Amino acid sequence: MADKTATTQEKQADKKQGGLLSVFTKGIVKENPVLRLVLGTCPTLAITTAASNAIGMGIAATLVLVCSNAVISLLRRVIPDKVRIPAYITIIAGFVTIVQMLVKAYAPDIDQALGIYLPLIVVNCIILGRAEMYASKNSVLPSMLDGLGMGIGFTAALLLMGIIREFLGTGCIFGMPLTAGIVEPILIFILPPGGFFVFGMLMALANKLSAKLSGESRPAAGVGCSACPMAAHCSKQAQEKGPSACPSAAAPEKEGGDKQ
Amino acid sequence: MIKGLIAVFLAAILTENYVLNKFLGICPFLGVSKKLNTAAGMSAAVIFVMVLATAVTWPIYYYLLVPNDLAYLQTIVFILIIAALVQLVETVLKKYMPPLYNSLGVYLPLITTNCAVLGVTMLVIEKATADASYTYVYALVNAFGAGVGFMVAMVLFAGVRERLEACDVPKCLRGLPITLVAASLVAVSFLGFQGLVDGLLGT
Repeated sequence: MADKTATTQEKQADKKQGGLLSVFTKGIVKENPVLRLVLGTCPTLAITTAASNAIGMGIAATLVLVCSNAVISLLRRVIPDKVRIPAYITIIAGFVTIVQMLVKAYAPDIDQALGIYLPLIVVNCIILGRAEMYASKNSVLPSMLDGLGMGIGFTAALLLMGIIREFLGTGCIFGMPLTAGIVEPILIFILPPGGFFVFGMLMALANKLSAKLSGESRPAAGVGCSACPMAAHCSKQAQEKGPSACPSAAAPEKEGGDKQ
Repeated sequence: MIKGLIAVFLAAILTENYVLNKFLGICPFLGVSKKLNTAAGMSAAVIFVMVLATAVTWPIYYYLLVPNDLAYLQTIVFILIIAALVQLVETVLKKYMPPLYNSLGVYLPLITTNCAVLGVTMLVIEKATADASYTYVYALVNAFGAGVGFMVAMVLFAGVRERLEACDVPKCLRGLPITLVAASLVAVSFLGFQGLVDGLLGT
């Protein structure tokens, strides 16, 4: 339970009645899961070779996110703290299987295009992260809204990347040729390196814009404890062993710790 | 047979690199690759869990799920097996091999949610369904190769990032954005391996 106190303060603000709208909208821009929290990078990079894939992935993930947030929030007093991560994973995997079968039945093209990345929604950090950070300590309605907002934010970021990569890489948007015969498309943008590059550039743009809006330079939460679904586990270990417990965030300190 | 195994192994490392080509395991790739020794430690744990997970999930899929018409439960069963396996490995290492636990232990919980591990167990099944000659041994070699590929990418990239620390980077690109651009360049270099395996072994 100790790990929960860390984020209670900011969550209390959301619990107010008027905060429901902000719960919903914060996931879209201010805490955009992809560009601000840097969660779910794997599908973001892998399936954004075309805008239509991005929408399919976004809708599938949003469905799973809303449903799993609702169920986890309902069960938040029942699930023992010690086994909560396996319990969450089981709930999420159940919904992913449902979505997988729905997609296979009604949108076989999308199923073909997404391939292995559809079942891999199970290990998408956004879903486990939201379960751990939000649904496990809030009631059902805000949790579902949080899931919906985060899902829309995820879809929007995927769509943006999908459009940019598809346009630059093939000269099409949603399969519609726009620059055919005028400009030769830059193939590398739909290959893996293009994914990394476009993502990096988008994140730099998001940093720049948010710095301009808030008047100060607040970089996106890097891949560290704030973005890691295992943060709770780490912070527990950190209390026992000192700051060297988290392998990603405390790498420099770990060096010092080893020498002792 | 041997030739085929070598081809699968090399392909898993170079042309189908899980991180740089399939985008699996990006979170640890970006998060843990700041220092060379942590990168190596994490990858060692990933190799270990990948091979073990494939060794366990393959028989369960073919001898338990398929005969009972439960193949659609693949996702849920595999992720639970991986979660249980990671927990088991952690407990066993803690009890019997404390030195190994001290060097790998902190990375193990992170691996449960590593999509590369779930990815490899599913991809080998996908490959086996498409190609009947793809047996259990191939799957294990593929899993080991995928783990080694993960390590190659992590260690290479840790080197790149240590150089990056000293660079003067434009303000808005600092941190993750420039890391992603660097990753893009590393991925370009891996594109160069395309066709290398077939060319080498003449298959």
